[in-house]
Amino acid sequence: MSSLRAYIITRLLMVIPTVIILLTLVFLILRIIPGDPITSMVGQKVPEEVLERLRHEAGLDKPYHVQYIEYLTGVFTGNLGKSMIWGKRPVIAEVMDHFPATLELTIFGFALSVILGIITGSIAAFRRGSKTDSGMRIYSIIAYTLFIPWFGMLLQMLFGVYLELLPIGGRITPGNSPETITGLYVLDSILTLNSTSLMDALSHLALPSLTLGIVLSGAYTRLVRNNLIDVLSQDFIRAYRARGVRERKVVFHAMKNAFIPVVTLMGLQFAILLAGAVLTESTFSWPGMGTFLIERIEYRDYTAVQGAIVFYAMFVALISLVVDVIYALLDPRIRY
Amino acid sequence: MLLEVENLTTLFRTKRGIIKAVDNVSLSLEKGDFISVVGESGCGKSTLAYSIIRLIDSPGEIAGGKIYFDGKELTSLSEEKMRKVRGKEIGMVFQDPMTSLDPLEKIGDQITETLMEHIDVTKKEAWGIAREMLEKVGLPPDRVDSYPHQLSGGQRQRVVIAMAVSLNPKLLIADEPTTALDVIVQEKIMDLLNEMRKEGRAIMLITHDFALAAESSDRIAVMYAGWIVEMGDADRLTKEPMHPYTRGLIESVPDVWVDREIKPLPGFPPDLAKPPEGCRFRPRCPLATEKCTKEPPGVEVDGRYVKCWLFEVE
Repeated sequence: MSSLRAYIITRLLMVIPTVIILLTLVFLILRIIPGDPITSMVGQKVPEEVLERLRHEAGLDKPYHVQYIEYLTGVFTGNLGKSMIWGKRPVIAEVMDHFPATLELTIFGFALSVILGIITGSIAAFRRGSKTDSGMRIYSIIAYTLFIPWFGMLLQMLFGVYLELLPIGGRITPGNSPETITGLYVLDSILTLNSTSLMDALSHLALPSLTLGIVLSGAYTRLVRNNLIDVLSQDFIRAYRARGVRERKVVFHAMKNAFIPVVTLMGLQFAILLAGAVLTESTFSWPGMGTFLIERIEYRDYTAVQGAIVFYAMFVALISLVVDVIYALLDPRIRY
Repeated sequence: MLLEVENLTTLFRTKRGIIKAVDNVSLSLEKGDFISVVGESGCGKSTLAYSIIRLIDSPGEIAGGKIYFDGKELTSLSEEKMRKVRGKEIGMVFQDPMTSLDPLEKIGDQITETLMEHIDVTKKEAWGIAREMLEKVGLPPDRVDSYPHQLSGGQRQRVVIAMAVSLNPKLLIADEPTTALDVIVQEKIMDLLNEMRKEGRAIMLITHDFALAAESSDRIAVMYAGWIVEMGDADRLTKEPMHPYTRGLIESVPDVWVDREIKPLPGFPPDLAKPPEGCRFRPRCPLATEKCTKEPPGVEVDGRYVKCWLFEVE
């Protein structure tokens, strides 16, 4: 197991340069693109003294290298600067208000897509060439090509309007919010043993995560099917059977082997999902990062946008670390 | 008799038609016997081996015949009973050791999983047996903690053999066990198989290598296009081949020490979806006559089985 520990430590150390490069890129890009953030925020007709004052307040009148160092120290001490509009709250506080909503939706949508994908993909692989197989493959293509707002509205119509089973928007009914511990309503409800808010949070989560889950599951269906078919035809599967290993266990080994490329896709998808939840969030009026980013881009809240991007980047770096560790746990060829 | 295969037919229903990969084949094996099944690729020798342990994947199926093994008739056994025969009573060694081990599991886990499927042992005891087995095949016992990718091809094949004999099966089927290995390692693996045989196990070696078969086995069965065309004592069959195909096969084996001309067999084995009428070797046979358009009978000559019109006694 020591080789696994060594692998994890190396992988952790690799996060440091990754993050520094990421931060530097964000810093450079925001300064290379033409246009002054202050001018574009307040408009051109503001007197020069006011612009100067605003630039000074934002620290944008300092030389680049000073800005760079201040920015890096800020990020590493958890200070992403202050929002440039409305009360000028610290960006990190604003992000923390919206991020749990996105994370919660992402986790549920993601889990649903993986479960759906594995089930449909394995059924297709084990019944290869049958009508069921064709059905699953058609499902995968349709799911993959669905447009989130359209499909979301379809579900809203069906479950919200006609059947009146589920709420069509928002995160929770006002007044039902659980006490805030993590900001994830489902987790907080469980931690505070609040069943009313748990049911309420879950019913609000149902449609947006179903939308995300189905749309994203298509890729998994395909990947699981193709990998499993490939693994099932391998010699070692036949060798397991030739040694009289029970079929249930043979299937377990096959699934484990077929799962490796799926983990890679999961890592990539999770990162895309965090950013891509924007469409789902706007369809379901979900108060998450997507909604927040769109709003701040419209108001040219330059520090908030920069802060949100930095936060996203760091989170994605963290996720890819987790994925690589799972990878190493699963596949001994990687950790040696 | 340990193994008796009677009129076994295994076919594959493909889009191009029905392919009889094993066609009406009979052979038997005594306890402790070493038989080699020799033939070109696609002659049905591996299908014969997999038919015996009933691991024929769809669209293939055993369409006829009986397989008696140690008092049981295998073709009519339930799937669960057959599973208990696999590994426990018949061990199997595969062609490519690079792909016949699960890359994600430790050697020890793969051996113990098999053990615990068949016999009532604790995990600890099973690991003990796994270590012993590795030692027996000439590997350091601490290799139980290795993963397949940490071993060389020869070492992996030793692991596969250790696994195949760990439950002390009465019959060991080795499907081209040395084809993927270099010559020196090949020799060692054959020595190992011979050792396993000295412990009283019957061995069925599937190979395309006539020299290898001649060197190690008591008996040789020559397969061509789904048929056994000749079968008998290994020495005599090698020295005095009767069937024209066997003769051709022996003449096409190069010899390092003797400077003799190699005569490769002309032509290719037939397409089994549309086999030639009569004798399947007829299109390539230098001695073919009018008679050969009908299927030749299998005759017993001098303790040897041969399926050819040349030896038909009126």
